[in-house]
Amino acid sequence: MTNLLEVENLTVKFPTRNGMFEAVRDISFSLGRERLGIVGESGSGKSITGRSILRLIRRPGILEATRIALEGEDLLKKSEREMRKIRGHKISMVMQDPKFSLNPVMRIGDQICEAYRLHAKASKAEAREKSIKMLEAVLIRDPERVFNAYPHEMSGGMGQRIMIAMMLIPDPQILIADEPTSALDVTVQKEVLEIMDKLVRERGMGLIFISHDLNVVSAFCDRVLIMYAGRIVETCQADKLHEAKHPYTRGLLNSLPQLEHPVDRLAVLQRDDAWQTAPSVSGTLEADH
Amino acid sequence: MGFGRIAFTVAITMIGLLFITFIIGRVMPIDPVLSIVGESASKSTYDEAYRQLGLDKPVIVQFLYFLWDVVRGDFGESLLTARPVLDDLIRVFPATLELATVGTIIGVTLGVPLGVIAAVKQGTWIDHIARVVALIGYSMPVFWIGLIGLLVFYGKLGWIGGPGRLDIFYVDIIPTVTGMILIDSLLAGDTDVFWNAVSHIILPAGLLAYYSLAYISRMTRSFMLEQLDQEYITTARVKGLSEHAVVWRHALGNVKVPLITVIALSYAGLLEGSVLTETIFSWPGIGLYITTALLSADMNAVLGGTVVVGLVFVCLNIFSDLLYKYFDPRSK
Amino acid sequence: MSDISKHQKPSLREWLTSDAPTSRRQAKFSAWYRSWLALRSNPMAMFGLMILLFLLAIAAFAPIISPHDPFAQDLALRLSAPGENNYILGSDSLGRDILSRLIYGSRITLYIVALVALMAPIVGLFVGTAAGYLGGWVDVVLMRITDIFLAFPRLVLALAFVSALGAGIENAVLAIVLTAWPPYARIARAETLTIRNADYIHAIKLQGAGALRVITKHIWPLCISSLVIRVTLDMAGIILTAAGLGFLGLGAQPPSPEWGAMISAGRQFILDHWWVATMPGLAIFTVSLAFNLLGDGLRDVLDPKKSGK
Repeated sequence: MTNLLEVENLTVKFPTRNGMFEAVRDISFSLGRERLGIVGESGSGKSITGRSILRLIRRPGILEATRIALEGEDLLKKSEREMRKIRGHKISMVMQDPKFSLNPVMRIGDQICEAYRLHAKASKAEAREKSIKMLEAVLIRDPERVFNAYPHEMSGGMGQRIMIAMMLIPDPQILIADEPTSALDVTVQKEVLEIMDKLVRERGMGLIFISHDLNVVSAFCDRVLIMYAGRIVETCQADKLHEAKHPYTRGLLNSLPQLEHPVDRLAVLQRDDAWQTAPSVSGTLEADH
Repeated sequence: MGFGRIAFTVAITMIGLLFITFIIGRVMPIDPVLSIVGESASKSTYDEAYRQLGLDKPVIVQFLYFLWDVVRGDFGESLLTARPVLDDLIRVFPATLELATVGTIIGVTLGVPLGVIAAVKQGTWIDHIARVVALIGYSMPVFWIGLIGLLVFYGKLGWIGGPGRLDIFYVDIIPTVTGMILIDSLLAGDTDVFWNAVSHIILPAGLLAYYSLAYISRMTRSFMLEQLDQEYITTARVKGLSEHAVVWRHALGNVKVPLITVIALSYAGLLEGSVLTETIFSWPGIGLYITTALLSADMNAVLGGTVVVGLVFVCLNIFSDLLYKYFDPRSK
Repeated sequence: MSDISKHQKPSLREWLTSDAPTSRRQAKFSAWYRSWLALRSNPMAMFGLMILLFLLAIAAFAPIISPHDPFAQDLALRLSAPGENNYILGSDSLGRDILSRLIYGSRITLYIVALVALMAPIVGLFVGTAAGYLGGWVDVVLMRITDIFLAFPRLVLALAFVSALGAGIENAVLAIVLTAWPPYARIARAETLTIRNADYIHAIKLQGAGALRVITKHIWPLCISSLVIRVTLDMAGIILTAAGLGFLGLGAQPPSPEWGAMISAGRQFILDHWWVATMPGLAIFTVSLAFNLLGDGLRDVLDPKKSGK
């Protein structure tokens, strides 16, 4: 069986006053019907990687890759018009802060219906019915009221659930979740993640979970890519994260406080310039080789 | 902001406006008594008129009298037309309203799309052209370009009507209903008058439209650039929306809100500021009325005109606030 | 690149573009230099700047470059077309050389613009910082007054003042200042409000600085840059208002070669002698366009947020 998504030699560059800045440098990975975590600090290129898959790198950024294939079809060869049929319909994305990622002057229902009707031929009434069902699926208690409400009337947790509903309503095969809970209160983070996790698994989708939080990633993912300075420095199974070998991953792990093994002083991450220049590790599924 | 507070703000602003107007009227070097009784009047006639005008009372009392008169809609009589100023204002205001409205409609229909396109194509030649078009608009002296326009399109080419609202043989054919000839002629079903009015309004309204276009397109562009940077725009793209829908539905939907204030401001500017345009085109509106009155020391007319213009400005501001609240769900 | 500058004495250019300034002076000059580089890369702004420098030169050397005496009448050669009888841009209804009058008129234009551009922001700065810093009822009263002036039709107010004070350049300047200060007061107040609660202001106050000292030494300098941008953008408007007053006969009085008054004088001959009104109009347009081009470029450089770049 082919992988859902295959990314080969992806590089993303931005021209700056001091020459080209490479945000992502020659990385390759693949995604099956699994939950793949991408972990890294801010600026490591993980969000850019997510957006590259949708070909949503804004000018003047430059995206280069040998291949970005969805079920064997190369997305790089598609026209912008064909790409629009992929976005939302096949690959969707949930972003960080629902306060900014929902249109403030459009009713929530209209925004969800818009996402649905764009890819499915449906009447307004059908779209409405389907949207309400979707809102129920993300455990929103009063979907009728929320349907007619505006985003600013919602809490962060509600907003992110709405966002998930909106992104899953066209039934995509891949969901990219870009720091979906970083802007939320700690108390609702887990709730939102569980809703997302359940829906993704029920539908047999692939999930790319982008986060800076090692704990969350190891709990919610099957496999993890660790990015540093635009490269993948290590890849491993999520449940074997504690066995990771790369000094950067080890450093990250060591700097986390642990309840069972309290230490007086948490380790500070020591960086090595060599990490920046070392070639990327392949993140493709081992089963393929 | 509650209704009471709005009313209070309006009242304070209006009183301030009236006070400044009143002071200007007081310090005018031209003697209002002399201009009524004439140079050759005797001392007793002069004193009589002086008392009748209330000039022997303290300034503050005079101001209160003035205020009371304004509240009753009594601006006195115009020296020039020998009619109540209020009647004059009711007669001239529709002409200004017509001109400013046509100008604003043209300015908005062209200016908003121009601004949107300039923002979407930021940094390209379209953006540069839009910028130059706007800057030229900001730089053109209206009294000059109006003259040149009249010279070329009326004097040499004869494509348009000359100064004034109508050719002389069309004047007073149709009954006055709204005072706006374009509307009145249509109400009367007289297309000849309508097209003649169009040929007269096209150049002055076009010039005013250019000014409002310059302002509105620049503001639209900067609002759009701000909105196109927002995360919900990415969301819209992730959904698979076309660039057209992203720009015109999502981004412009958000720009609409601050744009209302800009359009209201520009409309107010055209209503009050078309003094020079009205002078050049002999357009019998409020700007020309105030200027003529000023130059002939017709203080009642000046004060009345200024008060009405100020009132219009304040009302438009409140109206745009209300529209803002209506269109922005966050302010409810 | 930083290695080189460490070991050798840096060239002026390197000193100016250094990423790690070693003194406050260097940081300041370096910021100016970068702004200048950004402005220089904007061809339209540079075009505007060149026109303005040209205008300054013309005004400075007016007596040398004018081909004729701007006031000398020659009724026999009145209303000569451009190029005719040695008049490059033609002559007016009294047979005066239009080009020479335009050259001398640039002095009047610059004079008015300079005076207004100095006075209006200063009035606005006083009112705005006082309102913003003192707060309370002072703020309420001052801002209410500002709003009242803003609500006034600007040209009508200027007209009323000039006709009250008497026509003339100085009174025209006063009238324009009177209508132009409110926006500056608003800007200065907004800046003051953001600065007022900064920690360093508290620190200065704890050291015993009084309101006057805080305002003059610490708030005013920080308001200047946003005021300067606004003034540059307003210059064209000032020129147009001044010319408008001149056109209505309320600005500079004849025989002074003020551009607006020249258009007004040419108005009655427009059908047969187009150049009399056209030439001064072109002059006004060129100068205000130059100010607009420069102002627009300056805003892009100094206030990147507002231009959206």
